[in-house]
Amino acid sequence: MTNRLDGPQDAREGGDAARGSSPGPGPVSSQGPTDEPPPPATEPETAGAATAEATTAGAAARGSAAPAPPSARRGRLGPSPTLALVFMLPAAIVLGALVIYPIVYSIFRSLFDATGDTFVGAENYATIFSDSSTLTTIRNNLIWVVFAPATVTVIGLIFAVLTERIRWATAFKLVVFMPMAVSLMASGVIFRLVYEQDPDRGVANAVITSVQGLFGPSHGYPDARPRENDAAPVALKEGAVVTRQAVKPGQAVQVPLVGVKPATLASASVAKAAQPVPGELTGTVWVDFTQGGGGTLNQVDGTEKALEGVTVEAVRDGSVSATTTTEADGTFRFAGLPQGDYLLRLPQSNFQEPFNGIPWLGPALITPAIIGAFIWVWAGFAMVLIAAGLSAIPRDALEAARIDGATEWQVFRRITVPLLSPVLLVVFVTMIINTLKVFDLVFVIAPGSVQPQANVIALEMWRVSFGGGGNQGLGSALAIFLLVLVLPFMIINIRRFRRDNQ
Amino acid sequence: MRKTIATVTLTGLALALAACGGQDTASTSTPGPGDSAPASAAGAKTLEGVTVEVAAKWTGQEQENFQQVLKAFEAKTGAKVTYASTGEDTGAYLGPRIQGGSPPDIAILPQPGLVQQYAKEKALKPLSAEVQKQIDDNYTPYWKELGSADGQAYGVLVKAAHKSLVWYRDQAFQDAGAQPPATWDDLIKTAQTVADSGTAPFALCGASGWTLTDLFENVYLSTAGPENYTKLSKHEIPWTDASVTTALEKITQIVGKKEFLLGGPSGALQTDFPTCATQVYGQDKAAMVIEADFVATSAEQSGAKLGEEAKYFPFPKAGDTEPVVLGGDIAVALKDSKGAMALLEFLASKEGGEIWAKLPGYLSPNRNVSPDNYPAELTKKLAQTIISAGDAVRYDMSDLAPSAFGGTEGKGEWKLLQDLVRNPSDIKSIQNKLEDEAKKAWK
Repeated sequence: MTNRLDGPQDAREGGDAARGSSPGPGPVSSQGPTDEPPPPATEPETAGAATAEATTAGAAARGSAAPAPPSARRGRLGPSPTLALVFMLPAAIVLGALVIYPIVYSIFRSLFDATGDTFVGAENYATIFSDSSTLTTIRNNLIWVVFAPATVTVIGLIFAVLTERIRWATAFKLVVFMPMAVSLMASGVIFRLVYEQDPDRGVANAVITSVQGLFGPSHGYPDARPRENDAAPVALKEGAVVTRQAVKPGQAVQVPLVGVKPATLASASVAKAAQPVPGELTGTVWVDFTQGGGGTLNQVDGTEKALEGVTVEAVRDGSVSATTTTEADGTFRFAGLPQGDYLLRLPQSNFQEPFNGIPWLGPALITPAIIGAFIWVWAGFAMVLIAAGLSAIPRDALEAARIDGATEWQVFRRITVPLLSPVLLVVFVTMIINTLKVFDLVFVIAPGSVQPQANVIALEMWRVSFGGGGNQGLGSALAIFLLVLVLPFMIINIRRFRRDNQ
Repeated sequence: MRKTIATVTLTGLALALAACGGQDTASTSTPGPGDSAPASAAGAKTLEGVTVEVAAKWTGQEQENFQQVLKAFEAKTGAKVTYASTGEDTGAYLGPRIQGGSPPDIAILPQPGLVQQYAKEKALKPLSAEVQKQIDDNYTPYWKELGSADGQAYGVLVKAAHKSLVWYRDQAFQDAGAQPPATWDDLIKTAQTVADSGTAPFALCGASGWTLTDLFENVYLSTAGPENYTKLSKHEIPWTDASVTTALEKITQIVGKKEFLLGGPSGALQTDFPTCATQVYGQDKAAMVIEADFVATSAEQSGAKLGEEAKYFPFPKAGDTEPVVLGGDIAVALKDSKGAMALLEFLASKEGGEIWAKLPGYLSPNRNVSPDNYPAELTKKLAQTIISAGDAVRYDMSDLAPSAFGGTEGKGEWKLLQDLVRNPSDIKSIQNKLEDEAKKAWK
C-alpha cells in the first residue's frame, strides 16, 4: 500500500521540478482542490514543496503552513479556525481514507495470522527476520540501496554536465530520457530478452561473444565425448580423452567419440579405419554414431563421419613423446616412435567449450543485471533533473573560477557539484525510495528458478499475500517493514522542502 | 495460466487432427428416450420453465462446445440454461456473487482447492442422491473424494487435462534410431542414444516450477503407487519418506546428467514454458519435452505438424503403476435448485459426457465415456490411457496442495525441485526442506 502512495508523489515531484526548468501548463491544474485557496503569488518551488507535503506530511502540516504567514502577524485577520477546518476537511478525508486508514489497518492486520482470526502478536515480524528467504530479500534490498541510487545519480550527473556542452543537447537528452516513457513492466520484458543466455537471442551475450570471437575464435569439438560404458576403448580423464589400454607401435587404435551435433559434421568426410603399419602407431578419431541408428559400436561403419584436426598425443610414463593431428578422414599416424607402451591422449584443448556468454539470469548475477535495467530506466530522469539544476547555477561563479585559473575538473569538483548538491540530494533520495519499492523489474526479469535469489521486499510482500502465499498477515508485516525503511528518506525529503520554503 | 493453455490446446489439437479423425457426429446426436442413462429426469420434459445459470471460465470455441452440451440438456428437460463467463479468475468472479447472495446455480471451478474453500464458507450445496449415483457409476471413488469436503460430496469433475505425456520430435528420434520407450529405464537409454547422436534429449522447462512438479508427480505415482500418492498429496506421509527418495533419485537420472539437458542445468533453469517446447519443435535443439497435452499448441505455433513431427508417448512406467495424472475442472452447485441438480446429473452421466466428447477439445474423466466418441485420434489415445489406468488415475498433486507449497513461484515445491535440478546430488537435504515447507503450509 505504501508503494502506491509514494508512486504518484514521485511523479509529481519530477513533474514540478521539470516545470521549474521549462514552464508548462500551470501547476494548479495537477494539484488538488485544496491548493486553490492560497493566491498564485507563491513561487513555483513553493507550490511543488507544498504538494509533496500535502501527500506525505498530512493535513496538519499543510493547515499550519499555508495560512500561517498572514495570520501570525495580525492575530485574527485570516479565516476563523472553524472555517479552516471546513477547508481542511476534504483533504483530511481523502488522506484519511487513502493513507492513514490503510497504514493503520496494515499494522493491525500484521498482528494476525494468515486466516486473520488468530492474534499472533509480533510473530509475523519475527518471521521476517528468521525466514531465510525473507532475509535474502532484505539483503537484496540492501544491495539495491547501496548501488542503484548512487549509480543513477552519478550517471545522471555525468550526462547532464556533458550534454551542457554539446550542440545537439536536446536530442541527446530526449534519447536518454526516452526509457522513462516505457512502463517498467515493458522495460522488464525488454531486458529479459537482452539478458537471455543464448547469444542467438540475448543481445548482451551476442555482443560479448562476438567480441570474444574476434580475439579467440573457437575450434575443436566441444560436445565430443567417449561413450559411457566399459566397452569403449577410450575414457574421459581430467577433461582429456585417454585410451584405456596401453598401445604399441604397429597397432591401429580406434578412438570412437559421440555426442557431436549433426550440424557440425555436415561438411566432414566419411571416416576411414586406420590399418596397422609395422613400426608406426596409427589410428582413427571419428564419431561412432550412424545417423538413423544401426552401426556396430567401436567400429568405423560405412557412413560415420571423421573428426578432422584433432590433436593426438602419444604419452609415455606421463610425458608426451609425440604429437600429431588427424587427417580429413580422421586417421593419424606416429612414425618413428621408439618401441614400448604408450597411452594415446586427446588433450582437453580439442574439447574446449566455446565461450558462451555470461549467465546474466543465473543466481549469481541476477541482482546486478536487474540493477542495470533499473539504471537504464532512471538515468534519463536523473539527468533531466540535474540538468535543470545545472542551468540554474550562477554562471559568474563558474567563470570567476575559470578566470582564477581553475582547471575544468576543479571547476566541476569545487563549484558545480557543491552548487548542485541540493538537486543531487533530491535525485538520490528519490532513487532510494524508488529502489526500496522496486517490484516490477524483479518480477519480470528474473526467471522463476532464480526468483528466490533476486527477490526483494516489495515482491515478497505481494507474493506472500496474493501471489500464492495467501498469508496477508505476513504480507502486512512486510508492508509495514517497508514503510519503516522508506520513512527516514521521506522525512529527509520533507525537512528539506520545509527548509527551502523558509 | 497453464489451464488456459490446456484448454486452448485441446481445442487446437482436436481441430488439427479432425481431418484424420473420422467424421464428426456431434451435432446430430440428440438424446432419445431410449437412452440408458439418467433415471429420474429421463423421458418427459420435467423442467419446463426452469432456468439454470452456469458460470465457467471457458470462452470462444470451448464455450460454444459447452453450450452445445447445455442445448442437449435443454432439449431433453425443457429447462432454460444461461451461460456466464467468469473470466480467468473464477474465484474473483464468484466471491462477490456468493457474498451478494446471488450466485449462479452451477459454477465450474478450475481447482479442487476452491471446492474446499467454498465448502468451508458453506456456499456449496450437497449433491442430490441422483447425482451421487451417477458419480458412483461413472467415476472411480478417488474423483468423488476429490469433489468432497468433510465427507460430503459437492462436485463432479467434468473436464480433464492429461499430464502424463512425453512429447518428442520425430526427426530427432529417427536420426538417433530411437524408439519411444515404455519404461523409465528405456527412457534413460533412449535419452543416452539421443545424446550420443548429438542432440540434447530433454528441453526442461526449469524456470516454470510447475513443470517440475508435474514430472515429479508422474514419477512418484508410478514408483510409489496411487495410495502413497494420495497420502502424500494430503501430507499424511512426510516428504522425507523413502518413496519420495526413490522418485527423486529417478528424476536425478535425467537432471543429473549435463548432456541430457539442453544448456545443462543452468540453461534449463532459465527456460520457461513454453520456450522449452519451442526449443524442441521450432529450434530443433532438443528431442523431448515432458509436459501435458497442451504442448500441442506450442508445437503447432512452432510449425510442427501434430502426429508427424510432433509426437508423444505416454509417460513411461518408472515403477509398478502406469502413471496417469490429470488436471481438470469441477462442477459444483451453489443453489439447491431442481434444475441445478438435474444439470449436474446430466454432466456426470455417460450421456452428457458422450455428447461433449464428440466435440473437439474435450477430454472426459468419465470412465464410461467410450474413447470412440472422440473426433481426434490423439484424444482417443489419451482417453484410452485414462480408462485403462482405472483406479490409479490421480489429480495433479501440486494443485491439491496449499498454494504456498504447490503453486507459488520461488517458494515451496517449485523452488526446491529447481534446487534439485541445480544440485542433484543432495536429495536428502531437499527432502528435509520439502518437509519443512510442507509443515508450514499444512499448518
